[in-house]
Amino acid sequence: MTSLAKKQKSGFPHRHLLSCEKLTVQEINCILDLADKAADQNRKPDKRRTVLAGRTLINLFYESSTRTQSSFELAAKRLGADVMNMNVATSSVTKGETLVDTAMTLNAMRPDIIVVRHHAAGAVELLSQKVDCSVVNAGDGAHQHPTQALLDALTIRRAKGRIAGLTVAICGDILHSRVARSNIDVLNTLGAQVRIIAPSTLLPSAANRLGAEVFTDMWKGLSGVDVVMMLRLQRERMQGSYVPSSREFYHFFGLDHEKLALAKPDALIMHPGPMNRGVEIASTIADHSRSVIREQVEMGVAVRMAVLEAVATQLPG
Amino acid sequence: MTKPSTVFLNARLIDPETERDEPGGLLVKDGIIADIGPHLRRNAPEGAEVIDCKGHVVCPGIVDAQVFTGEPGAEHRETLKTASQSAAAGGVTTIIVMPDTQPVIDQVALVDFISRRARDNALVHVYTMAAMTRGLEGEEMTEIGLLKRAGAIAFSNGKSSITNTRVMRNVLNYSKDFGALIVHHTEDPYLSGSGVMNSGEVATRLGLPGVSKVAETIVLERDVRLVEMTGARYHAATITCEESLDVVRKAKARGLHVTCGVSINHLTLNEIDIGSYRTFLKVRPPLRHEDDRQAMVRGIANGEIDVIVSSHDPQDVDVKRRPFSEAADGAVGLETLVPAALRLHHSGDLTLIDLLRPMTINPAKLFGLPTGRLSAGAPADLIVVDLGEPWVVNKDLLRSRSKNSAFDESKMQGRVLRTLVAGQTVYQYAGVERT
Repeated sequence: MTSLAKKQKSGFPHRHLLSCEKLTVQEINCILDLADKAADQNRKPDKRRTVLAGRTLINLFYESSTRTQSSFELAAKRLGADVMNMNVATSSVTKGETLVDTAMTLNAMRPDIIVVRHHAAGAVELLSQKVDCSVVNAGDGAHQHPTQALLDALTIRRAKGRIAGLTVAICGDILHSRVARSNIDVLNTLGAQVRIIAPSTLLPSAANRLGAEVFTDMWKGLSGVDVVMMLRLQRERMQGSYVPSSREFYHFFGLDHEKLALAKPDALIMHPGPMNRGVEIASTIADHSRSVIREQVEMGVAVRMAVLEAVATQLPG
Repeated sequence: MTKPSTVFLNARLIDPETERDEPGGLLVKDGIIADIGPHLRRNAPEGAEVIDCKGHVVCPGIVDAQVFTGEPGAEHRETLKTASQSAAAGGVTTIIVMPDTQPVIDQVALVDFISRRARDNALVHVYTMAAMTRGLEGEEMTEIGLLKRAGAIAFSNGKSSITNTRVMRNVLNYSKDFGALIVHHTEDPYLSGSGVMNSGEVATRLGLPGVSKVAETIVLERDVRLVEMTGARYHAATITCEESLDVVRKAKARGLHVTCGVSINHLTLNEIDIGSYRTFLKVRPPLRHEDDRQAMVRGIANGEIDVIVSSHDPQDVDVKRRPFSEAADGAVGLETLVPAALRLHHSGDLTLIDLLRPMTINPAKLFGLPTGRLSAGAPADLIVVDLGEPWVVNKDLLRSRSKNSAFDESKMQGRVLRTLVAGQTVYQYAGVERT
């Protein structure tokens, strides 16, 4: 099979994964199907595959991250790739090197895939324009976090058997959340009804244009939903600037048993982590039998394997 | 056993809500107005205690939406108890107290403190505004949702304006989710600087630094833009000039939830009354030009100004008996609110209904209170007013713990004869004031 034919045959014809905005149903399902298989493989004693044997992956994280970075690292290693973790804190970036210069420097080392997290929206796309390899967005500012949305979709699909027709409530700091934006895109594409629930101070100015129904009252917003997806509220945002206090936020927007009771009796409880117990979610709910928070982490590795495998099919050779 | 009912016969009933102004009477039972109308003018129901109003006005008790006290923290100036005694004597049956205390009312426990102290000590209804930023510092939002649930009736930054536009935007945006009313003092502190009275000819001659009207209007205009952006409910606490009224007028025309108030001082006094540096007339915002005062009176007459407040602000002699520029701002006003307001009636500027509306039903509606109306089923918060009685204000006879009245030694015409709160008489004019 020629390389061109291989590219055309693939269900995911993109070299980069930068955003969920333009992904089609087929492309998302392609990733989720691959991830499903990877998830099953990951539960076996022998997890090693060779799809990425000989390939090099660089983890370039400008923001600290435990779960996403280790999840990508594990995913790449299970597919046989060599992984290098760039520690930005001790790199030339602290000496004032620009993002583009860093990209060109890394590019010269001939990696096959670069996984990037950056605090500025659009930074990952800018970097992708300067390199020859594949680029996977591991979170750029408040813009996109595609693999998180895909792993959330996989978690929901495996628990509920479908996504189309479900009502999913995303609650919390929508304003600063790339997770929310990516999830709204993926869930809408797959035919779910999406609600976003937040105080007005944590909603973007055109929240109603994102393709989700907007609620500022959690009691109303949670009514009858199939999935409750909580977002993390950063500590510095709950001291009077966006929200008066963590106590008030928990009272009106934290997921407790009273509010959860408004969702469907079999509603899933999700959180992208890391959680603030007692701020956005009651501790007992985080550990609830309907909580799939740990499954999300497990599916994270599977989805990242699928994504790396998919973009690698578009690489030359 | 049911409590005995009381009937008020031979009254001139005035109710701004229904625009009723007719001879009649009303029946009070179990704290509410059980019946009202011309049929009760002369005929008392059997068993009722009879009070002959002798043709005097019976109208809803006054709702005063801006009262400063010293409790907690400065009880030597005023307590909730003394403020309420002063209110009762002035015909004010509901006071809304401001959060400018020590400590500032910015926490749930402090709202609860005010409610309990008022319940145990006050003669009239007391509601509290809570601070909208911690310590009134204009930086960090308070727990607006929890404070409202605890009973805070509205949110204010007290005597200071929020200068950080972003903080103001966030407060308005956040308050909207809870349907909370934001009441704002509008004054740019950088522009007013060290100013102590209205900027203009009088300040120039007296050699005092002035406070420009623009300092007020500029903040108000900014706030209106933010209200438009957020959809919040906003009330400008006390405006003082036509320029500000114009901003509010245009905001209302655009359908925004914007209302405004004016203090009785700015309706009845002007900068010339300061005379030779009388510090009892040093108030914030400052007394303006006579043209501004007249503009405020017109604003009341045509209904563009929603609320009249006393802006009761007790200050002791230690902070008032000083050079004008160093003296504290503020004047007590609960006891003189109605008589001072009646000046505008006697002068022919305002009808009684137009005068009473912004002191009764308008603030009651704005703050969501059941009072301020004279109709069957409403709380029996009402007053009997003699429109004609002449008297001279003697600050030493005021019930307020502080005596800083802007109307000291002023001639008044008309006074409150009796005040009822929830059907109970809490004040009755003795005929000759104690000395």
